Amino acid sequence: MNNLTLYLLISAVLFSFGLVGVMMRRSLIAILVSIELMLNAASLNFMAFNKFLSPDTSIGQIYTLFIMGIAAAEAAIALSIFLALFRQLRSINIERARELRG
Amino acid sequence: MNGGVLSQGLLPQLAFIVVVGITFCGAIIAVFHRNILYNVLGLALALCGVAGLYVFLGSLFIGLMQLLIYVGAICIAMVFAIMLSRPVHLPKPKRKVSKMATSIFAGLLILGVNVGVIYKTAWQPASERKLDWSVKTIGDFLLTRYVLVFEVISLVLLVAMLGAIIISRYNGRTS
Repeated sequence: MNNLTLYLLISAVLFSFGLVGVMMRRSLIAILVSIELMLNAASLNFMAFNKFLSPDTSIGQIYTLFIMGIAAAEAAIALSIFLALFRQLRSINIERARELRG
Repeated sequence: MNGGVLSQGLLPQLAFIVVVGITFCGAIIAVFHRNILYNVLGLALALCGVAGLYVFLGSLFIGLMQLLIYVGAICIAMVFAIMLSRPVHLPKPKRKVSKMATSIFAGLLILGVNVGVIYKTAWQPASERKLDWSVKTIGDFLLTRYVLVFEVISLVLLVAMLGAIIISRYNGRTS
């Protein structure tokens, strides 16, 4: 269990789940959930490289912390946008939000 | 905390398999279940699994931060948003088979490319490595070399909070 490839494989599978979710789901909150999965796959990659390859094992942890902060900001903004959209459309289905469609 | 105790023996391997299983089960629930509340709870499960993986990767601190920020804050905020917008009671249209097939095909394609890259690359560790896992070093780096990023992230969080409050108070009738 102590090798890099295993962690990278786990992270690749998580990323693919997130991608499938983003492409398949129509509810905006489900898409946000999938995006969080993809961000976690990226953080897991950072931590794996940090443990096995990096010259300084603090830096990967710091980057993971930064990703968490950005994810928190993104989730706050996205959820408030969903609330505003729900008030407007009475739905959070992404296919109903076509006001800006060209 | 450097993962030494978690690297040998049968019991840690079993624990590792359980943690990976929790992660994948959570991810499957988060992506494929129809009920949106279960999606968020599955995401929480997957994030707990990833926190366990962080502990296996030698950083208890990041694992605890993951539990605190992701599971404790982001998932709870999502549950609140679901409660406020009540999408659970809305009628759910059926999924289109073509869309599912396309997305699963794209996911498998990306997975294949990623696995190919992982196996083709000869990963080489850095020539000299400083194996310092202490939280003190992280704090030192955050306030010396990465202080700009740290401050910018705090600014981003502040702006995000203000923007979230303003956007969610705006009721859409003034336009």
